[in-house]
Amino acid sequence: MKLTLKIWRQENASAKGAMQTYPIDGVEGDMSFLEMLDVLNEQLINKGDDPVVFDHDCREGICGSCSLQINGEPHGPDRLVTTCQLHMRMFNDGDTIVIEPFRAKAFPVIKDLMVDRSAFDRIQHAGGYISVNTSGNTIDANAIPVNKEDADDAFAAATCIGCGACVAACKNASAMLFTSAKVSQYALLPQGRVEATTRVLNMVEQMDKEGFGNCTNTGACEVECPKGISLENIARLNREYLSASIKG
Amino acid sequence: MSILDSKIPSGPLADKWTKHKNSIDLVNPANKRNIDVIVVGTGLAGGSAAATLAELGYNVKTFCYQDSPRRAHSIAAQGGINAAKNYQGDGDSNYRLFYDTVKGGDYRSREANVYRLAEVSSNIIDQCVAQGVPFAREYGGLLDNRSFGGVLVSRTFYAKGQTGQQLLLGAYSAMNRQINRGKIKAFNRHEMLDVVKIDGKARGIIARDLVTGEIERHSAHAVVLATGGYGNVFFLSTNAMGSNVTAAWKAHRRGAFFANPCYTQIHPTCIPVSGDHQSKLTLMSESLRNDGRIWVPRKKEDAEAIRAGKLKPTQLSEEDRDYYLERRYPAFGNLVPRDVASRAAKERCDEGFGVNKTGEAVYLDFAAAITRYGKEEALIHGMKNPSDAEIYNLGAKVIENKYGNLFQMYEKIVDENPYKTPMMIYPAVHYTMGGLWVDYNLQTTVEGLYAAGEANFSDHGANRLGASALMQGLADGYFVLPYTIGDYLSHDIRTGEIPTNTPEFDEAEKNVKDTIEKLMSGSGTHSVDYYHKILGKIMWNKCGMSRNAKDLSEAIEEISELRKDFWKNVRVPGKADGLNQELEKAGRVADFLELGELFAKDALDRNESCGGHFREESVEQSGEQQGEALRDDENFKYVSAWEYKGEPKDAQLHKEELVFENIELKTRSYK
Repeated sequence: MKLTLKIWRQENASAKGAMQTYPIDGVEGDMSFLEMLDVLNEQLINKGDDPVVFDHDCREGICGSCSLQINGEPHGPDRLVTTCQLHMRMFNDGDTIVIEPFRAKAFPVIKDLMVDRSAFDRIQHAGGYISVNTSGNTIDANAIPVNKEDADDAFAAATCIGCGACVAACKNASAMLFTSAKVSQYALLPQGRVEATTRVLNMVEQMDKEGFGNCTNTGACEVECPKGISLENIARLNREYLSASIKG
Repeated sequence: MSILDSKIPSGPLADKWTKHKNSIDLVNPANKRNIDVIVVGTGLAGGSAAATLAELGYNVKTFCYQDSPRRAHSIAAQGGINAAKNYQGDGDSNYRLFYDTVKGGDYRSREANVYRLAEVSSNIIDQCVAQGVPFAREYGGLLDNRSFGGVLVSRTFYAKGQTGQQLLLGAYSAMNRQINRGKIKAFNRHEMLDVVKIDGKARGIIARDLVTGEIERHSAHAVVLATGGYGNVFFLSTNAMGSNVTAAWKAHRRGAFFANPCYTQIHPTCIPVSGDHQSKLTLMSESLRNDGRIWVPRKKEDAEAIRAGKLKPTQLSEEDRDYYLERRYPAFGNLVPRDVASRAAKERCDEGFGVNKTGEAVYLDFAAAITRYGKEEALIHGMKNPSDAEIYNLGAKVIENKYGNLFQMYEKIVDENPYKTPMMIYPAVHYTMGGLWVDYNLQTTVEGLYAAGEANFSDHGANRLGASALMQGLADGYFVLPYTIGDYLSHDIRTGEIPTNTPEFDEAEKNVKDTIEKLMSGSGTHSVDYYHKILGKIMWNKCGMSRNAKDLSEAIEEISELRKDFWKNVRVPGKADGLNQELEKAGRVADFLELGELFAKDALDRNESCGGHFREESVEQSGEQQGEALRDDENFKYVSAWEYKGEPKDAQLHKEELVFENIELKTRSYK
């Protein structure tokens, strides 16, 4: 496959970036999108140019490191996959592919296609935990039975990989899907109910502080989420938030 | 007398840990506030250690190369975590888990460490449930279990195929609680590049800020390395792209002995290599072997027709299939330990029965399980005379509930539907049992320097059982280190803050800067990946699933030559004083080029077959076990701990004799 890549290049956070065009040849359908970029980088290095910087690590769709806005969509045209698992068989010979970093005020560019997603960590610091000690003894695991349906829903929410695609997909750059996934996981479990009120208030407050936008229910986040995190989580967050606000 | 002191407490096996905990020194809460601990790596071992140490009151600094602690590679563990809860009432106990682990490790691990691991395993599950880890549950609301390779009980707790993710996010949440309290300071996108020793004790590290390129000094009263394994020495492995040996290797260069580097786990069920562009390999969880049957065609001509695309696996009748694991190992069948399953796959493929283009793949088939589950479900739902299609649909649903994410991942990568046609799998490098030598307290041979999780060598012997890595990581971090490190730190309550403006920090920083400068000044002939790929080929071909003296000797020479060429000719573009991913890779590959040589040397020294280490010279010649690995307890019942002496091939061997007081050494039979 022969392709034309248009890639965002930016030296550092304060520099001005621009799109640059790179032709690439010999791309195979079995390559992952990142392996295709590896080939490009090997060529750039051999020519004495700077390789394109992008975040990646596990390359099996679970660590949440990889990002990339590909032809305007976070993680590209395929559904329910991260960029590292997007395969080149999704593209055709002669295609032009536009590759940009995830765009959001709260995700400043570090270099090229790499962005700073530490705002997500700070939302988790604000309440993404259950306050139990890890060094002490606790009750037997089976002393807390959990309805299977709730356990399954909590698990489904907990599979969020924190990649930021929801933010990049949203026209408001809202982090509601991300935040609601963690709020939901704990709200659905008896262990998490104890701190449910303070958790939702603190996490939402931090989310707002980081400069993420508001949710206007367009649902783009759910469509682009590589893990299929459901919009129902946002509805649950809203209920939790409302009831927490009333309790004060 | 060896200079290695394992510090195993005296007394009966089952009482050692309790007795030890009762006799070690404690640090009072007010003094803990004056003590700093550095934790490098934020996976299950590092994340859990950091959270617990901070909760106890120590000031903790964590370091990880990823942009968030949540991305450490523990996250990719799929299948589950073992614990001797005996919830299934199938006869499990601490002793049985201990026994299975020692046997599974082919009698090359330390009894006392393994027993402690089994002992604390149940507590891990309690702890994680309290933290809100959403394990799989039964309809009654209680926790579900499944079984894994090499054992006869169901003791594996799981969260679909994402157990590692859920456990890591649990540890991450515990870290977040401490970060919010100000007890952990997290240095993300930082890489440790040296250990600083003062008066023989580890007192800090040198780290590089991967965004700014700045070289930083960080001091502490103790340093914990929880930096994972070194499987990427093979270039292709199931490890993350960034997984590396650098922290452990720098520690080795500073005096920490490296134990059993040749013990590598080659996992039997990974997605086969598709071409030269391949950058990493993807695991298909061992849990699939609960329901999948492994086979190749019985006739060579059928295998050839399949490779040529003229025949489909589903067209082969039962008689024409060779379920070789069930045939060779009737007692354990498809659930033999990983090393046994991997070698059996290689044997069939080497004989010409492989089923993909490259001839290096076998089938993992779910058709029988789908039918079996389908019939069960039809019965439960009271369906009379269900059609084949109905049975298939019901069965496929059960399989989807158990392994849905793995099947989806497979389909995305291979572009085939594993519900309709058998998966193709082949062994790949997955885990390294070797690592920094540690005593019972998890302290390395450098005082104040600890190693936890995959980074140490202690619990899995020559082969790790499935679902035991998560158990060990969390056991070390939540329950072992917080005690043992306290004992050491109790002597540091009057030390005060460790200054960083000392000659030792100067020297270490200069060492790091010199290395970076040297990497940046290569002639620029070849990229870092060029060298890494060649190293990987040497390792896979000569130090892989099957090893012999000739190949290993050649590997030592070839790696040594390659390393020289690397330092002369590597090309690292860009600058060192900013973000530079090629420079990061170059530093890691430089260390792999040393480790690889020590690996081969260790494999050469160990002229026996044990666990994942298979020497062609050491095979059973006759009897029921003919052709199986032959262990040599008389000559090799020891841990190889290597002391750094400059060139890896000059490393000095120290032996820790393994003493088995509670388990009788037997030939490991899964027949």
